[in-house]
This record gives sequence, structure tokens and C-alpha cells, in this order.
Amino acid sequence: MAELNPVRLWSRFLALPNDSRVKTLGVAFLVALFCATAVSLTAVTLRPLQEANLQRERETRLADMIAALPGMADILRETGADTLETVIIELDTGTIADEIDPAQFDYAAAQSNAEASTPLPAEADVAGIGRRPDHAPAYLLREGERLVLAVLPVYGSGYQSTIRAYLALEGDLNTIAALSIYEQGETPGIGTRITDAGWQDRWQGKQIADDTGAVGITAVQGGAAEGPFEVDAIGGATRSSMGVSNLVRFWLGERGFGPFLEHLKAEEGQK
Amino acid sequence: MTSGNLRHLTAPIIDNNPITLQILGICSALAVTTSLATALTMSAALTAVMASSSLVISSIRGHLPSSIRLVVQITIIASLVIVADQMLKAYAFEMSQRLSIFVGLIVTNCVVLGRAEGFAMHNPPWPSFLDGLGNGLGYSLILLLVGTIRELFGTGNLLGYPVLPTVEAGGWFQPLGLMLLAPSAFFIIGLLVWAIRSIKPAQIEKPEFATRAPETAGRP
Repeated sequence: MAELNPVRLWSRFLALPNDSRVKTLGVAFLVALFCATAVSLTAVTLRPLQEANLQRERETRLADMIAALPGMADILRETGADTLETVIIELDTGTIADEIDPAQFDYAAAQSNAEASTPLPAEADVAGIGRRPDHAPAYLLREGERLVLAVLPVYGSGYQSTIRAYLALEGDLNTIAALSIYEQGETPGIGTRITDAGWQDRWQGKQIADDTGAVGITAVQGGAAEGPFEVDAIGGATRSSMGVSNLVRFWLGERGFGPFLEHLKAEEGQK
Repeated sequence: MTSGNLRHLTAPIIDNNPITLQILGICSALAVTTSLATALTMSAALTAVMASSSLVISSIRGHLPSSIRLVVQITIIASLVIVADQMLKAYAFEMSQRLSIFVGLIVTNCVVLGRAEGFAMHNPPWPSFLDGLGNGLGYSLILLLVGTIRELFGTGNLLGYPVLPTVEAGGWFQPLGLMLLAPSAFFIIGLLVWAIRSIKPAQIEKPEFATRAPETAGRP
């Protein structure tokens, strides 16, 4: 007759010889269940705190990057703006989407939300992101009427993680003012060298596109980076370096911020 | 606490130290001791993980099938490590960035599994907890010693506060760059092992291989 009292069942389970098949499977299942619960509970309860930490890190990086650019601190002081102007861009058309309030826009959510993003065809997905959000924020700094800095949030796949960075362009929108990687999970000690200030500094002053407008900037292997469009890849961390290069190329290209940069250039040209 | 139980707590601190006697956990001892702050965080994380894993494993030891006992032990240790790692990410974000993967690597640290398999599997929960705690403290002691020496002589600071005025800051102390590289931790741990075994000769092991007799040694 089947025993249904759970206390009896439990003591019968405990009384089984340790090496019986039922007990082995049962113990394995229970241990897995308890461990999984403990891990998920901690992860879920601590998530808001961790997100807040990451958010603070992002803001510090953005502020640090701007502060480190020559002359930028002065401009900020002169214009009296303590921060940059944030605009939300509709990436397909390259126009500023005025209907979206920048303060309310959640870029992280838009990246994974199926309604707010478009799947990319494999051949266009240089950065390895799968889907591209329809809208993205950009940060602009003007001195008087003249644009002096445009900061674009960029991201894409590295060797084993998603690399997120800020890419700052000078007022001509064709010269890289700075690249600052604020989030990555590459191989510690190898791929993580993309976060070295020394390497990120090499992007400074590089040109994005030639006269025909084609995006030319790229990382190259073998220490032959001479031209204005070439940045040395890190030896031993080629995949991570190329990941950064690919995501920069993607976001500056026509599927990324390309149309927006064209608009902005045309606007600046009229002034 | 009886004296027998107290012994479980104190023995691993010097007499049976996991690093200097058992030579376990060397990898993390090299990696996280460049500054005292990282050594301190790592020590706290490892001690907490080791004490609680010993407690949990010991309390279910009577019902662990021997065929899957290692898997179960590793699962429990790994879960505790993830919990510790998540805590650090939430409450000590900057520190967790500096420790990068080394908190996660506690799970592969032989000290933890060694104590689970060697002690907690055969002893009741309370002594096991004390043993885990004691081994954690023994590990911490060495880490803190090495961390103090490396940070003090490598940068002239302790916990980030200047102690020895460096030449750069207008003082007299020239920082030893070697102290910030992994080999220095090897040297310091080696010297510690030497010092402890000189004071406590009982720790000296018998040579596993006889050295060659002198008369054959001179031949080509």
C-alpha cells in the first residue's frame, strides 16, 4: 500500500542505504534544488544594488572621459553646463526623436525588447549584437552654436562577452576624441587589456571615414598601424581588439549612428 | 567550547596552516596579495565560504552517497562562492572589480575542498565549522602578512594610506617594483615556510627521495 504521509516518506528516504539508486538521485536532486534556490534568491535580491553600482560606474566613466579630454573641462565651465545635452535618436532615419523624453528612455531595456528593436541580417551584424534598438541616446556638447563633442554609447561582442563603451567624436564628427570601455567580461589579464588606458588612448585622433564617406577605421594586427584609420590590435588579445574595432565600425556605419552623423554634419555645415 | 573543539580552531592557524604546511591555495595567495585591501577581502570571502561549506557538508554527511559525494561537495561550495561573489558585487563593487575572477576561483581552491573531504565528511557539524573557520583564519593570516609586506614595500602605503614617504612624494623611500609582481609572493611565502619550520621543526617533512651518495656524486 502506498504511503502518503510526507514525514514517513521522508524518514523512509533517509533510512535508505546511502548507495541505493533512489537515494543517490534524491540527494543529488535535493542538493541541486537547494543550491539553485540559494543562488537565485541572492542574485535576484541583490540585482537592484548591482545595477545601481554599474549605473554609477557608467556615469563616472562618462564624466572621467570628458574631463580627460583636453579643453573639455574649460568648455563645460564656460558654457555653464555641468553635463551634456542628451538626445534620443531614431537610428534608421538619423533624426532626433523629440517625442521621447531622454530622462525616461531606458536604453538597456530597448536593446533586448523585441518591440523596440530590429533583428539584424547576419551580414550586417558586424558587432555581433543580433538585434539593434530602434532608438539610442547620444550626448552632445556645444560651445555657443558650434558642436564640439558628440558622445555615442556603443556596444558589441568581444571574444566572450559584450563590450560596452563610450565613443567621443570631435566637432568635425570625423575624428575620434576618445574611446572609453566601461563594461566587459573578457578573459582576465588577456582580453581585459582593452581597458588599459594606453590602448584606449591609441584611438584618439584617428579618422573615421575618408573623403568618400566609407567608414575606414579598423584595428590591425602586427604593429603596422601607421595610417590615420588604423589602430594597433593588442597582441594575444586580437579577438577582443577586433571586437572593439567591429563595434566601433558598426555603430559609425549606416546601421548605427551613420545617418545621424550625416544629419548633424549637414546641420553644422549650414551654420 | 571544549579544549578539543578549540584545538580544531587554533591548530590550522600555525601548526597545520593550509598555505605554509599543506601548501594549498597558493594561486590566490599570489594573485590577490598586491595590496592589503584585496588580501583582506579575499580572506574574509574565503573564510566565510569555508566555514559555511564545512558546516553544511558535515550536517548532511550521513546521507551522502559515496559515488556522488565530490559532486555534491563542489555544488555546495560553488553555490556559496556565487553568493559571496554576488554580495561583494552589491556591497563592495569597487573591490569586486579589483578582485575580478579570484573570488569566483575560491571554488577551485584546494583548501576548501580539502577540508570538506578531509575533515567535514568525518566529523560532526560544530567541530567542522570550527575547522573551516580555523583554516580560513590560517589562510587569512598568511595572506595578510604577504599583503602587508607587498603593499608596504611595493608602494610605501598600507590600505592606501602612505606609511613610508616615497621618493615621488618627496620622501626617502624607493618603492620596490618587484614586490608588486607575482614572484615576490613566492619568495615571501618561501621565507615564511622557512621561518615557521625553523621554529617548529616538527613540520619538516622527511625527504621523499634519498640524495645521491657522496662517492657517486663526483663522477662525470
